[in-house]
Amino acid sequence: MDFLKKVKVLAGKDLKLEFRTKEMLSSMLVFSFIVIVVFGFVFDPVGQDLDELFPGIIWVAFIFSGILCLNRSFIAEKENNSLQGLLLCPGDSSIIYFGKLIANLVLMLIMEVISLPLFIVLFDYSLAGSLLQLAAVLFLGSLGFISIGTFLAALTANTKSSEILLPVILFPIIVPVIIGAVEATGVVLTAGDSAELRAWLKLLVVYDLIFIVVPFMLFEFLLEV
Amino acid sequence: MDSDNKLEFILVWLTFLVTSLAIYMVFIYAPTERVMGDVQRLFYFHVATAWIAFAAFFVVFIASIVYLKNQSSLANILGLASAEIGVLFTTMVLITGPLWARPIWNAWWTWDPRLTTTLILWFIYIAYILIRISAEESEKRGRLAAVFGIVGFINVPIVFMSIRWWRSIHPQVVSGGSFDLDPRMLHALLTSVAAFTLIYLYLLQKRFKVELLQEKLKDIKETLRKQKHI
Repeated sequence: MDFLKKVKVLAGKDLKLEFRTKEMLSSMLVFSFIVIVVFGFVFDPVGQDLDELFPGIIWVAFIFSGILCLNRSFIAEKENNSLQGLLLCPGDSSIIYFGKLIANLVLMLIMEVISLPLFIVLFDYSLAGSLLQLAAVLFLGSLGFISIGTFLAALTANTKSSEILLPVILFPIIVPVIIGAVEATGVVLTAGDSAELRAWLKLLVVYDLIFIVVPFMLFEFLLEV
Repeated sequence: MDSDNKLEFILVWLTFLVTSLAIYMVFIYAPTERVMGDVQRLFYFHVATAWIAFAAFFVVFIASIVYLKNQSSLANILGLASAEIGVLFTTMVLITGPLWARPIWNAWWTWDPRLTTTLILWFIYIAYILIRISAEESEKRGRLAAVFGIVGFINVPIVFMSIRWWRSIHPQVVSGGSFDLDPRMLHALLTSVAAFTLIYLYLLQKRFKVELLQEKLKDIKETLRKQKHI
């Protein structure tokens, strides 16, 4: 119980800081918006093409703007040595991991919920599937991306060129999430085969579980000073 | 000649002999494939380098676990050396593959699970080396790289599964069909695998020596700097 409470405090601290300035959230939103507009120019998708491209386009936008948020999450703590302070707090160091994970996940989900309707309007896309299923896919996909992303952001925060390094080391690792999330979104949006959807959701759940447990076990090695 | 140099001497000659034998087996001893012709001979090098590359990454994984457990500097160097050679061999796999595929499949590349996983594997271990380069202190460098070595290795089977599902839903361009090997072809393949294993071991021990010498050099520099200050 104590563990959960500490995680809540840490995540709350990050979110409070964010909501005071809304610095990160606004740049994430604008960036995902820009990525989508660029895709609009380069593909000019209509009709049949749109059904095939739309899931991929939205996930690329989400993941690109998610990288912004991940990049800041540990670098920001390095100013004034606040990371040192966090480490001095009583309790397991994985509390920091879960606190950051939840804060990043909340920001990512807020960004998705605001920008998705915008994308649908922009591309004049007609939703066929159920919203509940779509929410499940968005949540599981974002969780997988953020759980390993937060972990690798902590890893790169210790290096010289962290902002450059993070995307390079993160993208090969999240290949299964990208495939699973894009395919599942495609099935949901076109109200496709539910057995297929279940298979992709299973992949996402397994990935999420593995990449929450593995960072949980290895996180202490990242922050040792 | 001390025992260390003797070992290297034996290894060098063994590598030389077995590699020469492998070249003979591949180009002269093994029969020409009926359908594919001489291009098929790439297969012996391709498969052998692929196996050694995967083995090298398994060594990285084990070395990473050992390093996180007891901070042994040997495990640290082993991880680095093995990852570098693994990237080299994977690069060879990725070059020989398309060379063979172009005349046979009529395409340089297909998004087949095995091909794509190998490519992702290559990216993961390049990332591993990048982490090594960009961390500042050597102790931290080893630790961060070891953590990534474990995460990267765990990820590989998931990547493979996810790409397989993805491909099975999309139209299959090339099925992985198996073919019966002539025993002479099998001999050539096994010799080639032995040759590449020896090359791997030889490069590994060379890399080990270089790394140890570098550490020694750093120590000497450190001592000199201290003496200057006194």
